[in-house]
Amino acid sequence: MPFYVSPEQVMRDKADYARSRIARGRSCVALQYAGGILMVAPNPSTALHKISELYDRIAFAAGGRYNEYEALRKAGVTYADVTGYQFDRRDVTARALANWYAQTLGGIFTDSNKPYEVEIVVAEVGVTPDNDQIYRITFDGSVSDEPGFVAFGGQADQVAAALKERFHDGMTLTEALGAALEALAAPPAQGSGSGSGSGSAAGNGAQATELTAAQLEVAILDRARAHRTFRRLRGPRLEELLAESRATTSSGASAASDSASDAAPDAAPDAPAAQAAEATPPASDQPPTGPSAAGGDGIPKP
Amino acid sequence: MNGHFDGGLGQAGAFMTARIPSFTHFLATHAPDLLPASLAGQLPAGSADIIKDLPHATTIVAAACERGVVLAGDRRATAGNLISKRDVEKVFRSDEFSAMAIAGVASVGLEFARLFQVELEHYEKMEGRSLSLEGKANRLAKMVRDNLAPAMQGLAVVPLFAGYDEETGIGRIFSYDVAGGPWEEHRFHSIGSGSVFAKSALKKLYSDDMPVSEAVLACVQALYDAADDDSATGGPDLPRKIFPVVTTITDDGFRRLPDTEAEEYSEQVIGERMRSPDGPKAPLRTGS
Repeated sequence: MPFYVSPEQVMRDKADYARSRIARGRSCVALQYAGGILMVAPNPSTALHKISELYDRIAFAAGGRYNEYEALRKAGVTYADVTGYQFDRRDVTARALANWYAQTLGGIFTDSNKPYEVEIVVAEVGVTPDNDQIYRITFDGSVSDEPGFVAFGGQADQVAAALKERFHDGMTLTEALGAALEALAAPPAQGSGSGSGSGSAAGNGAQATELTAAQLEVAILDRARAHRTFRRLRGPRLEELLAESRATTSSGASAASDSASDAAPDAAPDAPAAQAAEATPPASDQPPTGPSAAGGDGIPKP
Repeated sequence: MNGHFDGGLGQAGAFMTARIPSFTHFLATHAPDLLPASLAGQLPAGSADIIKDLPHATTIVAAACERGVVLAGDRRATAGNLISKRDVEKVFRSDEFSAMAIAGVASVGLEFARLFQVELEHYEKMEGRSLSLEGKANRLAKMVRDNLAPAMQGLAVVPLFAGYDEETGIGRIFSYDVAGGPWEEHRFHSIGSGSVFAKSALKKLYSDDMPVSEAVLACVQALYDAADDDSATGGPDLPRKIFPVVTTITDDGFRRLPDTEAEEYSEQVIGERMRSPDGPKAPLRTGS
Protein backbone atom coordinates (compact mmCIF):
# COMPACT_ATOMS: atom_id res chain seq x y z
CA MET A 1 0.00 0.00 0.00
CA PRO A 2 1.34 3.40 -0.92
CA PHE A 3 2.35 5.75 1.83
CA TYR A 4 1.02 9.26 1.83
CA VAL A 5 3.33 11.61 0.01
CA SER A 6 2.57 15.30 0.01
CA PRO A 7 1.93 16.94 -3.36
CA GLU A 8 4.80 19.33 -2.71
CA GLN A 9 7.15 16.43 -2.28
CA VAL A 10 5.90 14.71 -5.44
CA MET A 11 6.37 17.82 -7.54
CA ARG A 12 9.77 18.51 -6.06
CA ASP A 13 10.91 14.97 -6.75
CA LYS A 14 9.69 15.07 -10.30
CA ALA A 15 11.35 18.41 -10.92
CA ASP A 16 14.63 17.26 -9.38
CA TYR A 17 14.54 14.14 -11.48
CA ALA A 18 13.92 16.01 -14.73
CA ARG A 19 16.45 18.71 -13.91
CA SER A 20 19.23 16.30 -13.08
CA ARG A 21 18.61 14.23 -16.19
CA ILE A 22 18.60 17.29 -18.44
CA ALA A 23 21.81 18.55 -16.82
CA ARG A 24 23.59 15.42 -17.98
CA GLY A 25 23.13 16.40 -21.61
CA ARG A 26 24.89 19.06 -23.56
CA SER A 27 23.92 22.68 -23.80
CA CYS A 28 22.58 24.26 -26.96
CA VAL A 29 22.12 27.89 -27.90
CA ALA A 30 19.88 29.96 -30.11
CA LEU A 31 20.67 33.58 -30.81
CA GLN A 32 19.71 36.43 -33.04
CA TYR A 33 22.01 37.82 -35.69
CA ALA A 34 21.39 40.56 -38.22
CA GLY A 35 20.18 38.17 -40.90
CA GLY A 36 18.03 35.90 -38.76
CA ILE A 37 18.36 33.41 -35.94
CA LEU A 38 21.23 31.00 -35.45
CA MET A 39 20.96 27.72 -33.55
CA VAL A 40 23.96 25.66 -32.51
CA ALA A 41 24.02 22.30 -30.76
CA PRO A 42 26.89 19.90 -30.19
CA ASN A 43 25.65 16.76 -31.90
CA PRO A 44 27.83 14.19 -33.65
CA SER A 45 24.85 12.55 -35.32
CA THR A 46 23.88 13.79 -38.76
CA ALA A 47 20.60 11.89 -38.73
CA LEU A 48 19.16 12.39 -35.23
CA HIS A 49 18.60 16.09 -35.08
CA LYS A 50 18.30 18.43 -32.13
CA ILE A 51 17.38 21.36 -34.35
CA SER A 52 14.59 21.15 -36.90
CA GLU A 53 12.14 23.08 -38.98
CA LEU A 54 8.63 23.51 -37.65
CA TYR A 55 7.22 25.90 -40.21
CA ASP A 56 8.12 28.55 -42.74
CA ARG A 57 9.67 30.95 -40.23
CA ILE A 58 9.75 28.81 -37.11
CA ALA A 59 12.38 26.41 -35.84
CA PHE A 60 12.50 23.92 -33.01
CA ALA A 61 15.54 23.09 -30.90
CA ALA A 62 15.69 20.78 -27.94
CA GLY A 63 17.94 19.29 -25.35
CA GLY A 64 17.30 16.27 -23.20
CA ARG A 65 15.95 12.87 -24.08
CA TYR A 66 15.79 12.16 -27.80
CA ASN A 67 12.64 10.04 -28.02
CA GLU A 68 10.69 12.55 -25.95
CA TYR A 69 11.64 15.71 -27.78
CA GLU A 70 11.31 13.93 -31.12
CA ALA A 71 7.69 13.12 -30.28
CA LEU A 72 7.19 16.77 -29.31
CA ARG A 73 8.83 17.96 -32.51
CA LYS A 74 6.56 15.83 -34.67
CA ALA A 75 3.53 17.00 -32.70
CA GLY A 76 4.63 20.60 -33.30
CA VAL A 77 5.03 20.03 -37.03
CA THR A 78 1.54 18.55 -37.16
CA TYR A 79 0.08 21.36 -35.07
CA ALA A 80 1.69 23.93 -37.37
CA ASP A 81 0.64 22.17 -40.58
CA VAL A 82 -2.97 21.73 -39.43
CA THR A 83 -3.20 25.36 -38.37
CA GLY A 84 -1.58 26.64 -41.57
CA TYR A 85 -3.82 24.46 -43.72
CA GLN A 86 -7.01 25.57 -41.98
CA PHE A 87 -6.22 29.25 -42.02
CA ASP A 88 -3.23 30.74 -43.78
CA ARG A 89 0.48 30.10 -43.63
CA ARG A 90 0.97 33.44 -41.89
CA ASP A 91 -1.34 32.38 -39.10
CA VAL A 92 1.15 29.90 -37.67
CA THR A 93 3.09 31.67 -34.92
CA ALA A 94 5.85 30.75 -32.52
CA ARG A 95 3.76 32.13 -29.68
CA ALA A 96 0.93 29.69 -30.36
CA LEU A 97 3.35 26.80 -30.70
CA ALA A 98 5.16 27.74 -27.50
CA ASN A 99 1.82 27.87 -25.72
CA TRP A 100 0.84 24.52 -27.10
CA TYR A 101 4.12 23.01 -25.93
CA ALA A 102 3.71 24.62 -22.52
CA GLN A 103 0.22 23.16 -22.16
CA THR A 104 1.36 19.73 -23.26
CA LEU A 105 4.50 19.60 -21.12
CA GLY A 106 2.63 21.05 -18.16
CA GLY A 107 -0.01 18.37 -18.51
CA ILE A 108 2.56 15.61 -18.75
CA PHE A 109 4.46 16.95 -15.75
CA THR A 110 1.36 17.02 -13.59
CA ASP A 111 -0.38 13.89 -14.76
CA SER A 112 2.26 11.28 -15.39
CA ASN A 113 4.70 9.60 -13.04
CA LYS A 114 7.71 10.49 -15.09
CA PRO A 115 8.07 14.03 -16.41
CA TYR A 116 9.61 14.59 -19.85
CA GLU A 117 13.34 15.21 -19.60
CA VAL A 118 13.43 17.90 -22.22
CA GLU A 119 13.97 21.58 -22.71
CA ILE A 120 12.59 23.13 -25.85
CA VAL A 121 13.19 26.32 -27.75
CA VAL A 122 10.79 27.64 -30.36
CA ALA A 123 12.24 30.48 -32.44
CA GLU A 124 10.55 32.58 -35.08
CA VAL A 125 12.33 34.91 -37.45
CA GLY A 126 10.46 38.14 -38.14
CA VAL A 127 10.55 40.52 -41.05
CA THR A 128 12.80 42.78 -38.99
CA PRO A 129 14.98 41.85 -35.99
CA ASP A 130 12.41 43.55 -33.73
CA ASN A 131 9.88 40.90 -34.67
CA ASP A 132 12.13 37.95 -33.87
CA GLN A 133 10.86 35.75 -31.08
CA ILE A 134 12.60 33.11 -29.03
CA TYR A 135 10.68 31.06 -26.46
CA ARG A 136 12.07 28.55 -24.04
CA ILE A 137 9.81 25.88 -22.59
CA THR A 138 11.01 23.72 -19.74
CA PHE A 139 9.99 20.22 -18.63
CA ASP A 140 7.24 21.49 -16.31
CA GLY A 141 5.60 23.65 -18.94
CA SER A 142 7.01 27.00 -17.83
CA VAL A 143 7.48 29.19 -20.83
CA SER A 144 9.71 32.23 -21.05
CA ASP A 145 10.23 34.80 -23.75
CA GLU A 146 13.97 35.20 -24.31
CA PRO A 147 14.85 38.30 -26.30
CA GLY A 148 18.09 38.04 -28.23
CA PHE A 149 19.53 34.74 -27.16
CA VAL A 150 18.93 31.65 -25.08
CA ALA A 151 20.93 28.71 -23.80
CA PHE A 152 19.19 25.51 -22.83
CA GLY A 153 19.81 21.91 -21.92
CA GLY A 154 22.87 20.76 -19.95
CA GLN A 155 24.67 23.56 -18.15
CA ALA A 156 22.41 26.24 -19.52
CA ASP A 157 23.17 28.82 -16.80
CA GLN A 158 26.89 28.92 -17.46
CA VAL A 159 26.49 28.95 -21.19
CA ALA A 160 23.89 31.72 -20.94
CA ALA A 161 26.27 33.75 -18.78
CA ALA A 162 29.08 33.28 -21.26
CA LEU A 163 26.80 34.08 -24.18
CA LYS A 164 25.54 37.23 -22.49
CA GLU A 165 29.08 38.56 -22.46
CA ARG A 166 29.43 38.09 -26.17
CA PHE A 167 26.01 38.85 -27.52
CA HIS A 168 25.09 42.19 -29.00
CA ASP A 169 22.47 43.32 -31.47
CA GLY A 170 23.18 43.21 -35.16
CA MET A 171 25.97 40.62 -35.14
CA THR A 172 26.97 39.04 -38.42
CA LEU A 173 26.49 35.31 -38.85
CA THR A 174 30.21 34.75 -38.37
CA GLU A 175 30.27 36.76 -35.16
CA ALA A 176 27.19 35.02 -33.87
CA LEU A 177 28.63 31.59 -34.59
CA GLY A 178 31.88 32.58 -32.89
CA ALA A 179 29.99 33.77 -29.82
CA ALA A 180 27.89 30.61 -29.74
CA LEU A 181 30.92 28.33 -29.95
CA GLU A 182 32.79 30.21 -27.26
CA ALA A 183 29.78 30.13 -25.02
CA LEU A 184 29.30 26.41 -25.56
CA ALA A 185 32.95 25.80 -24.82
CA ALA A 186 32.86 27.94 -21.69
CA PRO A 187 34.12 26.04 -18.66
CA PRO A 188 31.87 25.82 -15.61
CA ALA A 189 31.60 29.18 -13.91
CA GLN A 190 34.63 29.93 -11.73
CA GLY A 191 33.75 31.46 -8.40
CA SER A 192 30.70 33.15 -9.74
CA GLY A 193 28.48 31.34 -7.29
CA SER A 194 25.82 31.29 -9.91
CA GLY A 195 23.96 28.55 -8.15
CA SER A 196 21.72 26.05 -9.78
CA GLY A 197 23.21 23.40 -11.91
CA SER A 198 26.83 24.43 -11.59
CA GLY A 199 27.47 21.88 -8.89
CA SER A 200 27.12 18.92 -11.20
CA ALA A 201 29.68 17.57 -13.57
CA ALA A 202 31.09 19.88 -16.19
CA GLY A 203 28.23 19.75 -18.60
CA ASN A 204 29.87 20.46 -21.85
CA GLY A 205 32.93 18.50 -20.85
CA ALA A 206 34.57 17.16 -23.95
CA GLN A 207 33.60 20.08 -26.10
CA ALA A 208 35.55 22.60 -24.04
CA THR A 209 38.19 21.93 -26.65
CA GLU A 210 37.47 23.09 -30.15
CA LEU A 211 34.36 21.70 -31.72
CA THR A 212 34.75 20.58 -35.30
CA ALA A 213 32.12 20.82 -37.99
CA ALA A 214 31.43 17.10 -37.66
CA GLN A 215 30.54 17.49 -33.98
CA LEU A 216 28.15 20.35 -34.51
CA GLU A 217 24.62 20.76 -35.65
CA VAL A 218 24.10 24.27 -36.94
CA ALA A 219 21.01 25.74 -38.54
CA ILE A 220 19.64 29.17 -39.29
CA LEU A 221 16.34 30.86 -39.92
CA ASP A 222 17.35 33.13 -42.76
CA ARG A 223 15.36 36.36 -42.74
CA ALA A 224 16.13 37.08 -46.39
CA ARG A 225 14.67 33.85 -47.75
CA ALA A 226 11.14 33.64 -49.04
CA HIS A 227 8.75 30.88 -48.03
CA ARG A 228 10.74 28.37 -45.95
CA THR A 229 13.52 30.14 -44.10
CA PHE A 230 15.05 27.18 -42.27
CA ARG A 231 18.46 26.04 -43.51
CA ARG A 232 20.97 23.62 -42.11
CA LEU A 233 24.60 24.66 -42.35
CA ARG A 234 26.86 21.70 -42.83
CA GLY A 235 29.79 20.29 -44.75
CA PRO A 236 32.15 22.69 -46.50
CA ARG A 237 29.87 25.68 -45.88
CA LEU A 238 30.00 25.11 -42.13
CA GLU A 239 33.74 24.46 -42.09
CA GLU A 240 34.33 27.69 -43.96
CA LEU A 241 32.13 29.58 -41.53
CA LEU A 242 33.84 27.99 -38.54
CA ALA A 243 37.27 28.95 -39.82
CA GLU A 244 36.10 32.50 -40.44
CA SER A 245 34.53 32.88 -37.03
CA ARG A 246 37.60 31.47 -35.30
CA ALA A 247 39.83 33.86 -37.19
CA THR A 248 37.78 36.85 -36.07
CA THR A 249 37.21 35.83 -32.46
CA SER A 250 40.74 34.65 -31.68
CA SER A 251 42.18 38.06 -32.57
CA GLY A 252 40.70 39.67 -29.47
CA ALA A 253 40.97 36.81 -27.02
CA SER A 254 44.17 37.76 -25.28
CA ALA A 255 43.07 39.94 -22.39
CA ALA A 256 40.65 40.06 -19.47
CA SER A 257 39.53 36.48 -19.52
CA ASP A 258 37.84 36.85 -16.16
CA SER A 259 35.13 39.15 -17.38
CA ALA A 260 32.79 36.24 -17.83
CA SER A 261 32.86 35.31 -14.19
CA ASP A 262 31.11 38.32 -12.75
CA ALA A 263 28.02 38.06 -14.85
CA ALA A 264 25.04 36.63 -13.10
CA PRO A 265 23.20 34.26 -15.42
CA ASP A 266 19.83 35.65 -14.51
CA ALA A 267 20.61 39.27 -15.30
CA ALA A 268 18.73 41.04 -18.04
CA PRO A 269 19.76 39.37 -21.26
CA ASP A 270 19.93 42.46 -23.40
CA ALA A 271 23.13 43.99 -22.11
CA PRO A 272 24.04 47.35 -23.61
CA ALA A 273 25.78 46.77 -26.86
CA ALA A 274 28.78 48.92 -25.91
CA GLN A 275 29.53 46.87 -22.83
CA ALA A 276 29.13 43.62 -24.67
CA ALA A 277 31.39 44.75 -27.43
CA GLU A 278 34.16 45.66 -25.00
CA ALA A 279 33.95 42.42 -23.07
CA THR A 280 36.76 40.30 -24.34
CA PRO A 281 36.03 36.63 -24.57
CA PRO A 282 38.10 34.32 -22.39
CA ALA A 283 40.44 31.95 -24.09
CA SER A 284 38.43 29.04 -25.30
CA ASP A 285 41.17 26.47 -25.30
CA GLN A 286 41.19 25.70 -21.60
CA PRO A 287 41.09 22.01 -20.85
CA PRO A 288 37.87 20.50 -19.62
CA THR A 289 37.63 20.70 -15.86
CA GLY A 290 35.53 17.66 -15.25
CA PRO A 291 34.70 14.27 -16.60
CA SER A 292 32.90 14.46 -19.88
CA ALA A 293 29.22 13.93 -19.42
CA ALA A 294 27.61 10.77 -20.65
CA GLY A 295 24.67 12.78 -21.88
CA GLY A 296 21.15 11.72 -21.18
CA ASP A 297 19.92 12.77 -24.56
CA GLY A 298 20.05 9.37 -26.19
CA ILE A 299 22.43 10.56 -28.89
CA PRO A 300 25.65 8.56 -29.04
CA LYS A 301 28.77 10.54 -28.25
CA PRO A 302 31.93 10.06 -30.27
CA MET B 1 -17.12 19.33 -35.41
CA ASN B 2 -17.24 22.81 -36.82
CA GLY B 3 -14.31 22.40 -39.19
CA HIS B 4 -11.86 23.78 -36.69
CA PHE B 5 -9.13 21.68 -35.18
CA ASP B 6 -6.71 23.22 -32.73
CA GLY B 7 -5.27 20.34 -30.77
CA GLY B 8 -6.81 21.62 -27.54
CA LEU B 9 -9.49 20.13 -25.32
CA GLY B 10 -8.54 16.51 -25.42
CA GLN B 11 -7.15 16.69 -28.94
CA ALA B 12 -3.56 17.16 -27.79
CA GLY B 13 -2.99 13.44 -27.75
CA ALA B 14 -3.78 13.28 -31.45
CA PHE B 15 -0.62 15.19 -32.25
CA MET B 16 1.58 13.04 -30.06
CA THR B 17 0.50 9.64 -31.37
CA ALA B 18 3.04 7.82 -33.50
CA ARG B 19 1.68 7.36 -37.02
CA ILE B 20 2.66 7.32 -40.66
CA PRO B 21 3.98 10.72 -41.69
CA SER B 22 1.08 11.62 -43.95
CA PHE B 23 -0.85 14.82 -43.41
CA THR B 24 -3.96 13.61 -45.22
CA HIS B 25 -3.88 10.44 -43.17
CA PHE B 26 -3.77 12.53 -40.02
CA LEU B 27 -6.73 14.63 -41.14
CA ALA B 28 -8.68 11.57 -42.23
CA THR B 29 -8.21 10.10 -38.76
CA HIS B 30 -8.71 13.15 -36.58
CA ALA B 31 -10.44 15.86 -38.61
CA PRO B 32 -11.96 14.30 -41.74
CA ASP B 33 -14.20 17.28 -42.36
CA LEU B 34 -11.13 19.31 -43.30
CA LEU B 35 -10.48 17.14 -46.35
CA PRO B 36 -11.86 18.18 -49.75
CA ALA B 37 -13.57 14.79 -50.11
CA SER B 38 -15.70 15.41 -47.03
CA LEU B 39 -18.40 16.77 -49.35
CA ALA B 40 -19.23 13.24 -50.47
CA GLY B 41 -22.89 12.35 -50.14
CA GLN B 42 -23.88 15.71 -48.71
CA LEU B 43 -24.99 17.31 -51.94
CA PRO B 44 -28.76 17.68 -52.21
CA ALA B 45 -30.59 16.70 -55.37
CA GLY B 46 -30.78 19.42 -57.96
CA SER B 47 -27.30 20.74 -57.32
CA ALA B 48 -26.10 19.52 -60.71
CA ASP B 49 -27.04 22.78 -62.43
CA ILE B 50 -25.20 24.83 -59.87
CA ILE B 51 -22.13 22.63 -60.10
CA LYS B 52 -22.17 22.86 -63.89
CA ASP B 53 -21.88 26.62 -63.57
CA LEU B 54 -18.95 26.58 -61.18
CA PRO B 55 -15.72 27.93 -62.63
CA HIS B 56 -13.81 25.19 -64.44
CA ALA B 57 -10.09 25.27 -65.11
CA THR B 58 -9.14 24.30 -68.61
CA THR B 59 -5.95 23.49 -70.51
CA ILE B 60 -2.63 22.29 -69.11
CA VAL B 61 0.45 21.15 -71.04
CA ALA B 62 3.66 19.50 -69.90
CA ALA B 63 6.81 18.56 -71.81
CA ALA B 64 9.94 16.83 -70.61
CA CYS B 65 13.13 18.53 -71.68
CA GLU B 66 16.83 18.68 -71.04
CA ARG B 67 17.52 18.75 -67.27
CA GLY B 68 13.85 18.56 -66.33
CA VAL B 69 10.32 19.30 -67.36
CA VAL B 70 8.09 22.25 -68.29
CA LEU B 71 4.53 22.58 -66.95
CA ALA B 72 2.27 25.36 -68.22
CA GLY B 73 -1.37 26.36 -68.23
CA ASP B 74 -3.61 29.01 -69.74
CA ARG B 75 -5.35 31.56 -67.54
CA ARG B 76 -9.03 31.08 -68.27
CA ALA B 77 -11.74 29.66 -66.02
CA THR B 78 -15.16 29.07 -67.56
CA ALA B 79 -18.59 28.72 -66.01
CA GLY B 80 -20.84 27.04 -68.52
CA ASN B 81 -20.46 29.16 -71.64
CA LEU B 82 -19.25 32.24 -69.77
CA ILE B 83 -15.71 33.25 -68.95
CA SER B 84 -15.69 33.48 -65.18
CA LYS B 85 -12.07 34.48 -64.69
CA ARG B 86 -9.36 35.70 -67.03
CA ASP B 87 -6.35 35.50 -64.74
CA VAL B 88 -6.82 32.25 -62.85
CA GLU B 89 -3.71 30.29 -61.94
CA LYS B 90 -3.83 26.53 -62.19
CA VAL B 91 -0.18 25.54 -62.04
CA PHE B 92 1.19 25.23 -58.50
CA ARG B 93 4.51 24.54 -56.92
CA SER B 94 4.24 21.33 -54.91
CA ASP B 95 7.75 21.35 -53.51
CA GLU B 96 11.27 22.18 -54.59
CA PHE B 97 11.32 19.54 -57.36
CA SER B 98 7.72 19.10 -58.41
CA ALA B 99 4.62 20.95 -59.50
CA MET B 100 1.00 20.12 -60.19
CA ALA B 101 -1.61 21.67 -62.42
CA ILE B 102 -5.34 21.16 -62.40
CA ALA B 103 -8.21 20.82 -64.82
CA GLY B 104 -11.81 20.60 -63.66
CA VAL B 105 -13.68 22.41 -60.90
CA ALA B 106 -11.27 25.20 -60.02
CA SER B 107 -12.16 25.63 -56.36
CA VAL B 108 -11.74 21.95 -55.54
CA GLY B 109 -8.51 21.93 -57.53
CA LEU B 110 -7.21 24.86 -55.53
CA GLU B 111 -7.85 22.98 -52.31
CA PHE B 112 -6.15 19.90 -53.76
CA ALA B 113 -3.07 21.89 -54.61
CA ARG B 114 -2.91 23.36 -51.12
CA LEU B 115 -3.41 20.00 -49.45
CA PHE B 116 -0.83 18.33 -51.65
CA GLN B 117 1.73 21.03 -50.84
CA VAL B 118 1.22 20.50 -47.13
CA GLU B 119 1.30 16.73 -47.62
CA LEU B 120 4.75 16.80 -49.25
CA GLU B 121 6.17 19.35 -46.86
CA HIS B 122 4.76 17.49 -43.88
CA TYR B 123 6.49 14.27 -44.89
CA GLU B 124 9.71 16.17 -45.50
CA LYS B 125 9.67 17.78 -42.08
CA MET B 126 8.62 14.65 -40.23
CA GLU B 127 11.15 12.37 -41.87
CA GLY B 128 13.96 14.76 -42.71
CA ARG B 129 13.96 13.72 -46.37
CA SER B 130 11.79 14.29 -49.41
CA LEU B 131 9.48 11.68 -50.83
CA SER B 132 10.67 9.97 -54.00
CA LEU B 133 9.00 11.24 -57.15
CA GLU B 134 6.95 8.03 -57.41
CA GLY B 135 5.98 8.47 -53.76
CA LYS B 136 4.67 11.94 -54.49
CA ALA B 137 2.79 10.74 -57.58
CA ASN B 138 1.21 7.89 -55.59
CA ARG B 139 0.10 10.20 -52.78
CA LEU B 140 -1.58 12.42 -55.34
CA ALA B 141 -3.31 9.39 -56.84
CA LYS B 142 -4.78 8.52 -53.47
CA MET B 143 -6.04 12.07 -53.01
CA VAL B 144 -7.69 12.02 -56.42
CA ARG B 145 -9.36 8.69 -55.74
CA ASP B 146 -10.63 9.91 -52.36
CA ASN B 147 -12.45 12.57 -54.34
CA LEU B 148 -14.24 9.99 -56.51
CA ALA B 149 -17.67 10.36 -54.90
CA PRO B 150 -17.78 14.17 -55.27
CA ALA B 151 -16.37 13.74 -58.77
CA MET B 152 -19.32 11.52 -59.67
CA GLN B 153 -21.59 14.31 -58.49
CA GLY B 154 -19.89 16.78 -60.78
CA LEU B 155 -17.07 18.11 -58.60
CA ALA B 156 -14.44 16.44 -60.74
CA VAL B 157 -10.89 17.66 -60.77
CA VAL B 158 -7.94 15.96 -62.45
CA PRO B 159 -4.34 16.96 -61.88
CA LEU B 160 -1.27 16.71 -64.04
CA PHE B 161 1.87 16.16 -62.01
CA ALA B 162 5.39 16.92 -63.21
CA GLY B 163 8.66 16.68 -61.38
CA TYR B 164 12.38 16.36 -61.59
CA ASP B 165 13.56 12.93 -60.47
CA GLU B 166 16.63 13.57 -58.36
CA GLU B 167 17.70 9.93 -58.54
CA THR B 168 17.72 9.57 -62.31
CA GLY B 169 18.21 13.23 -63.19
CA ILE B 170 15.29 13.46 -65.64
CA GLY B 171 11.95 15.23 -65.75
CA ARG B 172 8.86 13.03 -65.52
CA ILE B 173 5.14 13.56 -66.07
CA PHE B 174 2.23 11.75 -64.40
CA SER B 175 -1.41 11.97 -65.39
CA TYR B 176 -4.56 10.89 -63.53
CA ASP B 177 -8.20 10.12 -64.10
CA VAL B 178 -11.00 10.71 -61.59
CA ALA B 179 -10.44 7.22 -60.16
CA GLY B 180 -6.78 7.88 -59.44
CA GLY B 181 -3.64 6.73 -61.20
CA PRO B 182 -0.86 7.63 -61.63
CA TRP B 183 -0.16 7.05 -65.30
CA GLU B 184 3.33 7.95 -66.29
CA GLU B 185 3.42 9.91 -69.55
CA HIS B 186 6.48 9.97 -71.73
CA ARG B 187 7.84 13.06 -73.43
CA PHE B 188 4.76 15.28 -73.26
CA HIS B 189 1.13 15.38 -72.23
CA SER B 190 -1.86 17.68 -71.94
CA ILE B 191 -5.12 17.67 -69.97
CA GLY B 192 -8.27 19.78 -69.88
CA SER B 193 -10.80 20.93 -72.44
CA GLY B 194 -8.25 22.13 -74.99
CA SER B 195 -5.94 19.17 -74.50
CA VAL B 196 -6.82 17.52 -77.82
CA PHE B 197 -5.51 20.52 -79.72
CA ALA B 198 -2.60 21.21 -77.41
CA LYS B 199 -1.41 17.63 -77.55
CA SER B 200 -1.61 17.48 -81.32
CA ALA B 201 0.38 20.68 -81.54
CA LEU B 202 2.98 19.40 -79.12
CA LYS B 203 3.27 16.18 -81.08
CA LYS B 204 4.44 18.15 -84.10
CA LEU B 205 6.62 20.61 -82.19
CA TYR B 206 8.26 18.35 -79.65
CA SER B 207 11.64 16.74 -80.02
CA ASP B 208 13.60 14.73 -77.49
CA ASP B 209 16.04 16.54 -75.22
CA MET B 210 14.91 20.02 -76.16
CA PRO B 211 16.65 22.76 -74.21
CA VAL B 212 14.43 24.22 -71.48
CA SER B 213 13.78 27.45 -73.40
CA GLU B 214 12.62 25.57 -76.51
CA ALA B 215 10.33 23.32 -74.48
CA VAL B 216 8.82 26.46 -72.94
CA LEU B 217 8.25 27.88 -76.41
CA ALA B 218 6.67 24.61 -77.58
CA CYS B 219 4.29 24.69 -74.59
CA VAL B 220 3.30 28.31 -75.26
CA GLN B 221 2.70 27.43 -78.92
CA ALA B 222 0.58 24.44 -77.90
CA LEU B 223 -1.50 26.58 -75.54
CA TYR B 224 -2.00 29.11 -78.32
CA ASP B 225 -3.25 26.33 -80.60
CA ALA B 226 -5.60 25.11 -77.87
CA ALA B 227 -6.98 28.64 -77.40
CA ASP B 228 -7.33 28.90 -81.16
CA ASP B 229 -9.80 26.02 -81.36
CA ASP B 230 -11.24 25.59 -77.86
CA SER B 231 -13.52 28.32 -76.56
CA ALA B 232 -12.76 27.43 -72.94
CA THR B 233 -9.02 28.00 -73.29
CA GLY B 234 -7.69 31.52 -73.06
CA GLY B 235 -4.93 32.84 -75.31
CA PRO B 236 -2.36 35.45 -74.32
CA ASP B 237 -4.19 38.65 -73.35
CA LEU B 238 -1.94 41.46 -74.61
CA PRO B 239 -4.06 44.47 -73.55
CA ARG B 240 -4.39 43.22 -69.99
CA LYS B 241 -0.93 41.70 -69.88
CA ILE B 242 -2.20 38.28 -68.86
CA PHE B 243 0.02 35.47 -70.10
CA PRO B 244 0.14 31.71 -69.57
CA VAL B 245 1.65 30.51 -66.31
CA VAL B 246 4.85 28.70 -67.25
CA THR B 247 6.92 26.77 -64.75
CA THR B 248 10.12 24.80 -65.16
CA ILE B 249 11.25 22.07 -62.80
CA THR B 250 14.90 21.26 -63.40
CA ASP B 251 17.98 20.30 -61.43
CA ASP B 252 17.90 23.90 -60.17
CA GLY B 253 14.48 23.27 -58.66
CA PHE B 254 11.09 24.76 -59.31
CA ARG B 255 10.89 28.07 -61.12
CA ARG B 256 7.90 30.04 -62.24
CA LEU B 257 8.74 32.28 -65.15
CA PRO B 258 8.20 35.91 -64.16
CA ASP B 259 5.45 37.70 -66.09
CA THR B 260 7.98 39.64 -68.14
CA GLU B 261 9.55 36.42 -69.38
CA ALA B 262 6.18 34.78 -70.10
CA GLU B 263 5.31 37.94 -72.01
CA GLU B 264 8.41 37.62 -74.19
CA TYR B 265 7.53 34.06 -75.16
CA SER B 266 3.92 35.02 -75.87
CA GLU B 267 4.96 38.01 -77.96
CA GLN B 268 7.31 35.85 -79.95
CA VAL B 269 4.53 33.37 -80.67
CA ILE B 270 2.05 36.11 -81.59
CA GLY B 271 4.64 37.84 -83.76
CA GLU B 272 5.22 34.66 -85.72
CA ARG B 273 1.50 33.97 -86.02
CA MET B 274 1.04 37.39 -87.61
CA ARG B 275 2.99 35.93 -90.51
CA SER B 276 1.75 32.36 -90.25
CA PRO B 277 -1.57 32.20 -88.34
CA ASP B 278 -1.47 28.44 -87.94
CA GLY B 279 1.98 28.44 -86.42
CA PRO B 280 5.13 26.61 -87.46
CA LYS B 281 4.76 24.04 -90.21
CA ALA B 282 6.01 20.51 -89.65
CA PRO B 283 7.73 18.86 -92.63
CA LEU B 284 5.46 16.49 -94.50
CA ARG B 285 8.03 13.75 -94.76
CA THR B 286 10.43 12.53 -92.13
CA GLY B 287 13.94 13.42 -93.19
CA SER B 288 16.48 10.66 -93.32
